[in-house]
Amino acid sequence: MTLLRVEDLDCRYGLLQAVRGVSFEVAQGETVALIGANGAGKSTLLRAIAGAHRPHGGRVVFDGADVTSMPAHRHVSLGVALVPEGRRLFPSLTVEENLRVAEARRGRWNVQSVLEVFPLLQPRRHMAAANLSGGEQQAVAIGRALMSNPRVLLLDEVSLGLAPIVVDAVYRSLAGIISEGTTVLLVEQDLARALKVAGRVICVLEGRIVLEGEAASLDRDQVVNAYFGLKRPA
Amino acid sequence: MTIVNAIVQGIFLGAFYAVLACGLSIMFGVMRIINLAHGDIAVLGAYVVFVIVQSTGMSPFAAFIAALPVMIVLGYVLQLTILERSLKSGILTPLLATFGLSIVIQNLLLIRFSPDVRSLGGEAGAITTSSWQVTSGLSVSALGIVILVVAVVVFGALQLFLSRTRIGWMMRATAEDADAAELAGIDSRGMYARATALAVAIAALGGLFLAIRSVFDPLSGPTQLIFAFEAVVIGGMGNLWGTLLGGLALGVAQTVGAQVNPEYSALAGHLLFLAVLVLRYGGGRVSLRLAR
Repeated sequence: MTLLRVEDLDCRYGLLQAVRGVSFEVAQGETVALIGANGAGKSTLLRAIAGAHRPHGGRVVFDGADVTSMPAHRHVSLGVALVPEGRRLFPSLTVEENLRVAEARRGRWNVQSVLEVFPLLQPRRHMAAANLSGGEQQAVAIGRALMSNPRVLLLDEVSLGLAPIVVDAVYRSLAGIISEGTTVLLVEQDLARALKVAGRVICVLEGRIVLEGEAASLDRDQVVNAYFGLKRPA
Repeated sequence: MTIVNAIVQGIFLGAFYAVLACGLSIMFGVMRIINLAHGDIAVLGAYVVFVIVQSTGMSPFAAFIAALPVMIVLGYVLQLTILERSLKSGILTPLLATFGLSIVIQNLLLIRFSPDVRSLGGEAGAITTSSWQVTSGLSVSALGIVILVVAVVVFGALQLFLSRTRIGWMMRATAEDADAAELAGIDSRGMYARATALAVAIAALGGLFLAIRSVFDPLSGPTQLIFAFEAVVIGGMGNLWGTLLGGLALGVAQTVGAQVNPEYSALAGHLLFLAVLVLRYGGGRVSLRLAR
């Protein structure tokens, strides 16, 4: 069953066109990775799906409903949650307050269950988010998105700026979340990691989809070519 | 003893300035808007109370409670119409928009109420005139104590609201990063509208105190704005407790200045304001700090 459908999406920043006629679908329970070089339009695509960037053209359909022009907070209440690039926590709020402000839909996730998945946050619960380490902040950012009990979780570069060992820990927690059936669409720079965690991969180059397929069926050279646009389809 | 008296009277005067400044501080803290119509909104609040007192004969304090819903709705509408649009076009536009709003409010008040000077001091009853003679050189007015207590309660309640309630956290989250707040499911427009409604309601409280402790006319707003703005800056922009302390400091500076020479009252306040500007904002960053 298709949960999320993107139809011929165009996103612009003034004259700059970041996303050009992108269409794809994400089925319920799937894990899809968007990969591509810096500036390929991946983050803009995620932000448009989350309602934080108003597309110039095309549609975003979530669970059969056109959500293209809804404000971002309405997307959250429908079940679309984005973990934004750079974490974007509320620095003066404590860990618990950062989580509590994002409570939305009823479901499996609450402060207690988020702290169970990210036990490193337990002792930091009443500490201001500004005083956390990068890995702890990323855990709060993911936890904050989970608090709305999303049906689709959008992850934008969750490994950015973190030590490899911390990235491992974050992905271990994510694997648990994915295995529970949460639909995930993630942007990841680390190709190997993206191919490992995702069932399907979509390669984006200069705002267009250039390669799409099952992660298992794609070989690394194909993906690298698509990533850098070495062999462009004529 | 005269200096002690000047300081005590200054604290009462300063509490009034703090109430006036509170809404200005909220709007700057949450939305980064410097509302140049804030003084006029306070005066508008005074006129709303005045009309209710005139038509029903109730006490100004009861009339203020009746006026509150009107001011809250006004705040919502103000945010969702004028301020929200102006916020989208950069930081200078809200300044121009609220400057225009200030002129509109003044002229509408002039048309409706004429330039006559009004006061609600008489209608407020004995509270305006009663006082306690503590010593021969020091007397404490009942109204001064009422304003001081109300100021402390208002600031304390706001502090609790922002640090203990979920809506308060959501408001702070929106103030810190409106885009991320939307992504966390917070209706940032709604939060902004609530913040403005709160600011306008507290401005009306300032207007009520202005009307009771002295006189007002349709053009009183800008003077109130200057004192409120000075209180906000002295206390540190975006810092709520700082605004209360800033108001008190401004009040004390004015009464102590007046002690030297009655002509120096406003001047002493302006000098304190300038001194703080030079010392603190010699190139510093402004952020929303809320004591936890």
